[in-house]
Amino acid sequence: MSHRFTDVDAVREDLSKVDYLCDPGLAGVVYLADRLDKPVLVEGPAGTGKTQLAKSVAEMTGSRLIRLQCYEGLDEAKALYEWNYKKQLLRIQTERDADVAWDDISDDIFSDEFLLARPLLEAIRAADPIVLLIDEVDRVEVETEALLLEILSEYQVSIPELGTMEALQVPLVFLTSNNTRELSEALKRRCLYLHIDYPSMEREKEIVLAKVPDIAESLADQVARVVRSIRRLELKKPPSVSETLDWARTLVLLGVQHVDAGVAAETVNILLKYQSDIAKANKELATVDGLDA
Amino acid sequence: MTVSETDIPALPVEAGDPLLDLLNGFIAELRAVGIPASLTENLDAMEAVKHVPLTDRDTFKYALAATLVKNQAHWKAFETVFEVYFSLRGAQYEIAATDLEDADAADGEIAAEGDRGSAGDMLSPEELAEMLYRALMRGDAEMLRAAAREAVRRYAGMEPGRPVGGTYYLYRTLRNLDLEGVLERLMEAEQHTEGDVDDFDLRLRRDEFELRIAELKRQIEAEIRRRLVADRGVEAMAKTLRKPLPSDIDFMHASREEMASLRKAIYPLTRKLAARLVRKRRHGRAGPLDFRSTVRHSLSYGGVPVEPKFRHPRPHKPDIMVVADVSGSVAAFARFTLHLVYAISSQFSKVRSFVFIDGLDEVTSFFEGTDDIAEAVHRVNTEADVVWVDGHSDYGHALGVFWDNYADDVGPRTTVLILGDARNNYHAPESWIVKAVRQKARHVFWLNPEPRSYWDTGDSIVGEYAPHCDGVFEVRNLRQLEAFVDRLA
Repeated sequence: MSHRFTDVDAVREDLSKVDYLCDPGLAGVVYLADRLDKPVLVEGPAGTGKTQLAKSVAEMTGSRLIRLQCYEGLDEAKALYEWNYKKQLLRIQTERDADVAWDDISDDIFSDEFLLARPLLEAIRAADPIVLLIDEVDRVEVETEALLLEILSEYQVSIPELGTMEALQVPLVFLTSNNTRELSEALKRRCLYLHIDYPSMEREKEIVLAKVPDIAESLADQVARVVRSIRRLELKKPPSVSETLDWARTLVLLGVQHVDAGVAAETVNILLKYQSDIAKANKELATVDGLDA
Repeated sequence: MTVSETDIPALPVEAGDPLLDLLNGFIAELRAVGIPASLTENLDAMEAVKHVPLTDRDTFKYALAATLVKNQAHWKAFETVFEVYFSLRGAQYEIAATDLEDADAADGEIAAEGDRGSAGDMLSPEELAEMLYRALMRGDAEMLRAAAREAVRRYAGMEPGRPVGGTYYLYRTLRNLDLEGVLERLMEAEQHTEGDVDDFDLRLRRDEFELRIAELKRQIEAEIRRRLVADRGVEAMAKTLRKPLPSDIDFMHASREEMASLRKAIYPLTRKLAARLVRKRRHGRAGPLDFRSTVRHSLSYGGVPVEPKFRHPRPHKPDIMVVADVSGSVAAFARFTLHLVYAISSQFSKVRSFVFIDGLDEVTSFFEGTDDIAEAVHRVNTEADVVWVDGHSDYGHALGVFWDNYADDVGPRTTVLILGDARNNYHAPESWIVKAVRQKARHVFWLNPEPRSYWDTGDSIVGEYAPHCDGVFEVRNLRQLEAFVDRLA
């Protein structure tokens, strides 16, 4: 079995080529996922680039991205496979007059032709390299999680009528979770765990520089600093990376060269979405004394 | 991009291998801390370290973390264990018999950095302070590390073989460095050097410096840990330096840093608890058998009750009354409990809260109409009128006030939670009130943040109240608190 990456540094460099800037830890886990053929469970606050990680890995390896968006009520028919019932009926009806034995028909209508592959099955049946993204896995019920276990540990799907389908290639699997509930031990045990937190000030500045065209370095630096200071407050919803980028773009559009208290107060509603958070941030940033004072 | 297996020199890990032994000890220690590392995860970790270069310490660490630690709240505990087991060791980390040791790498860097004497000399306190100041000013990570190393050498007064934990040395080092003063000095310099700084800029810089100082503290702590481990060995120190998981931190003895991690831990905890309770409600759908409806539906099957019908369940939503002691050491416990109860208040039909020391005051209004529970809790601490005479706990009087003013509101749907250590300062217990309240209420529970073995010692009179409660629980940490609230809802 060949591998996708040569070493950890290569992963990091390749990721930065597709504009995904990451820490060595993250690159290391992606590298291990490939080496150990294990799925990666990515957790962290909203808007820190969990989904983007899977997309970027797909882009850098030139793989096809197959995405399964989880939601409450997701079931086998939507995640794994479904029999094409209408087509099966049609088949039976066309055979009605002909003299065909029952066994032939029943074998026939439970064949590949009548199978509708859903994302999970599609991912393991594909011949080309695949990155499978199972997004927001914490939204499904605990019972539904069990659906994932077979594919995550063995890379196979068992269909009673057809038997077990094994993967033609081992896909790189990313599961993301917003941590709204505790995932089952069985699921966690099968995965490598990666927690993506808010980036450091320096990293965030690089991200702003990479993603926001025409931004001056001094402004990017200030943006990253202000966001870091805001994140230190105890807020209901600290600003995410995507909100930082929105804010930086706004500042560029407004032609702001230098963020001062006035500008920050006027535009902080882009970073923060709760009135109580906005009030708190404005109050805090207006004082010189730090949090520890 | 694609390479074959043979391109990578794999590290052979075999039985009897020192690395394997070290990893085994490491994982045993993780389990001792409370991190649930299973056997398969253990094997995964062994497999993972084969694929990463051992020389790259960071990658090695993340490889272990990715396979063994599947919960972000456990990260800090993991990191501590990792530092103990896989710290850099060598002669320069040993605790010197005299502090005037030969130059080590740190001194070399310092000498290169500035104009201070020869590499072998010990820095004077003034020079060290100056170096620290400059490192913090510039945010120079290398220099900061060197300063931390030097500060520990100089101030911690570490003696080989002495069985004390790291906290003592940390305290000694920090006391001598006077970081508050350094911060003031840094801010002063910022104010004067440049002309056009406004308050906003200053605030940002202050944040920057505070973070650098926090980093310095971390470095100092790491340095002390390294030296302790070098001195007394991994096994001995792993136990001493063990950091509890956030859900195991004792409310009554939490340090400032631990309090911060508790506050951080409570948000995800309440969110998960709420999600779980909603699910519990929704799934426990089947009520008792509805006989009438079953018979009615059996008619369509010729009187055979094929399809049993069930009543819609009416989930019991209790009224909650929280009566919390907020004096001194139990205040933190009361805060977290109030926080948790209000965060899931949608699970209760009504929540009212009262706080007391020797007087008692209703604080329900602080929580109504605000979505910032932390702020409300803060207001409880500052605004509630809880002192009657001297500000020492008097359960008897506080309960008396409760009985006089609010007893009428206690009904058969009310669950009363009394929070406190029942250390009554030898006042009259007035336990008849608890008994009377229980007769009116659905349940009366008492939550005590003290370990069970301390109950009824000294002026603690839990035993006086306990017979009149439906249950007395020891709730010392978030884990126990969560378990209790889970049962309650």
